Amino acid sequence: MTFLKEVYAVAWGDMRFLRHNFLSILIMSIMSPILYLVAFGYGLRSGSTDIGVSYVAFVIPGIVALSSLSSAFSSTSTRMNVQRLYYKSFDEMMMCPLSLSAIVVGKCMLGLVRGLVSCGLLYAIGLCLQPEELVLSPLFVLCVVCSCMVFSLLGMSAALLAKSHQSMGTFSSLIILPMTFLCGTFFSVSSLNPIFQAILYCLPLTHASECIRAAALPGAIPEFPWISLVVLLAFGVAFFILNHHLLKTRKV
Amino acid sequence: MDDDIIIITDLVKKFGDKTALDGLDLRVHRGELFGFLGPNGAGKTTTVRCIATLTNYDSGTIIVDGVDLKKNQTAAKNRMGVIQQQISLDKDLTIRENMISHAMYHLIPKKERDERIKELSDYFDLGEYLDKPVDSLSGGWKKRAAIVCAMLHEPAVLFLDEPTSGLDINARRLLWDVVKSLHAKGTTVFLTTHYIEEAEALCDRVGIINKGKIIALDEPKKLCENVGNVAVEYMDEGKTRYRYFKTDEEAKEFVSNLNNVSNVTIRATNLEDVFVEMTGSSVGSQK
Ligand SMILES: Nc1ncnc2c1ncn2[C@@H]1O[C@H](COP(=O)(O)OP(=O)(O)OP(=O)(O)O)[C@@H](O)[C@H]1O
Ligand SMILES: [Mg+2]
Repeated sequence: MTFLKEVYAVAWGDMRFLRHNFLSILIMSIMSPILYLVAFGYGLRSGSTDIGVSYVAFVIPGIVALSSLSSAFSSTSTRMNVQRLYYKSFDEMMMCPLSLSAIVVGKCMLGLVRGLVSCGLLYAIGLCLQPEELVLSPLFVLCVVCSCMVFSLLGMSAALLAKSHQSMGTFSSLIILPMTFLCGTFFSVSSLNPIFQAILYCLPLTHASECIRAAALPGAIPEFPWISLVVLLAFGVAFFILNHHLLKTRKV
Repeated sequence: MDDDIIIITDLVKKFGDKTALDGLDLRVHRGELFGFLGPNGAGKTTTVRCIATLTNYDSGTIIVDGVDLKKNQTAAKNRMGVIQQQISLDKDLTIRENMISHAMYHLIPKKERDERIKELSDYFDLGEYLDKPVDSLSGGWKKRAAIVCAMLHEPAVLFLDEPTSGLDINARRLLWDVVKSLHAKGTTVFLTTHYIEEAEALCDRVGIINKGKIIALDEPKKLCENVGNVAVEYMDEGKTRYRYFKTDEEAKEFVSNLNNVSNVTIRATNLEDVFVEMTGSSVGSQK
C-alpha cells in the first residue's frame, strides 16, 4: 500500500507535466510513427508478405513496437536527465524517504503513459486502415504495456548513466537508432542470415516486435512466441535491478 | 536520546583523485543553531550532500538523530530538511505543484498538506505566485519557495546551504526570522553561509572548515578569544595587515612601535578576523 502511494507520489509531478504539455506531446509522439507508416507502409508497398498478410498489416505492429521504444525511452530519459542535471529536482526527491523501488517504478510511469498513448493512437489508425487483418486483443495490450515499461526502464538507465546531455545523444544514436530499424520492425528477422539473427535476438526490441506482431496478426501467426515475451520481461527485470543499483550507489 | 543530533566521524569523500572531505569530524548539538563557514571549495556543500544522502562517501560514519545513514537512510531522511545551494525546483511545474510534490514524497495527508502549504506560503508572501510557473519568479522568490518545500514535513534538523546568497535585505531578514523562530521551536538548524556577520549574529556555535577538515569549532565569542580579543589593522606597503592581541595594552604597545605605516585602527576582534586568521585567506579567494 505504502509502495503504491510512493509510486503515485513520484509519478504525480510527471503526470502534471504531461497535462501541461499534452497537445504538443501528443503531436510529437504520433508524428514520426505516421511518417514511418506512410514511407515504409505505402511508399515501399510491395504487395503481400511470406506470412500471407499485406505488407501494411505486417509493418503496423512493427511500428507500434518501434514507437513503444522511441516514445517510452525518450520521454523517460529526457525528463529524468533534465530533472537530474539541470533542475536538480531529482536530488530533492532522492532526499525524501521514498523506497528506491518506488522511485524506479514511479519515474517510469511517464514513459509508460506516453508510450501507451502513441501506440494506442497509431494502432487505432492501423485498425481503421486494415480492419480485416489486424486484431485488438487483451494479449496485444499486454504486449504493448510490457514493451513500453521495458523501454521506459531502459530510458531511466540511460539517464542515470549519462554524465551529460551529450552522452545521452550518443547512447541514442548508438543503441536506440539501430534497434529502431533492424529489430524486426520493418522486415522479418528470420529473413536475415543466422549470425545477424543471433545478434538481433539479444536486443529487447526484437522480442517486443515479435510479440506485438503475433498478437496483432493471430490469423497469420498462429503460434504466439511466449519465449519472446518471457525474454522481454527478463529484460525489464534486469533494467529494474540495474536502475535500483545505480540509484543506490550514486557517486556524485 | 543523545545530546548530539548529528555526529560525523572521520568522514572521507573523494572525487576521483581529489579529496573533498579529508577525515571530517563534527558534532552538532540537538536544538542548536550551527553555523558552518569556510572558503569556496572547502567542502561545505559536499558535507551537506553527504548528510542529505545525495552522495555516497568513501569512509567514516554519519549519525543523524541516532540513525546511522549507512544502516537506515529512510528513517534519517524523515528527520532532515535540506535547502540546497542551487535552486532545485522542477521548472516544468508551478510553485504549488512543486510544494505538493514535496509533501507527497513525505506521504503527508492531503488536508494537512494543503494547510501547511497555505500557512508557509502566507508567511513568505508567496500566495500570489503559487500558481505561476517557477521561471516567472526571480531568484530570491524561488529560494523562498524552495525553503517552504524543505519545511513542509517539519524536519527535526534543517540544513540551509547558503540560503541568503542572492536574497535582498528584506528577504534575508525574513529568512533570519524564520531561522530564529524555527530555532526557538526546537529545530536544529545547520546553516552554511558566506556572510560571517550572519553567523556571528545568529549562531550558537560555528565550525570553520578548510580543505575538507574542521579547523575551528566553538562559540563565536570563544573563537575570537582564542585568536585574541583585540585586533590591530594597519596599512603597510599598500596592503592591509592584521595582528591580534589578548589585551588592549599589548595592542597599544605594538602600535607605538610601528614605523612607516598608515591607517592604524585598534578594534575588537570579530569572526571575520578569526576566519581570515584560520584559513589564511580572505573569504572567497581560495580555490
Ligand atoms: N561533482 C563533483 N565532481 C568533482 N569535484 C567536486 C564535485 N563537487 C565538488 N567537488 C570538489 O569538492 C571540493 C569541495 O566542494 P564544495 O562544493 O563542497 O565546496 P563549498 O565549500 O561548498 O564551496 P562554495 O563556498 O563555493 O559553495 C571542491 O574542490 C570541488 O572542486
Ligand atoms: Mg557550497
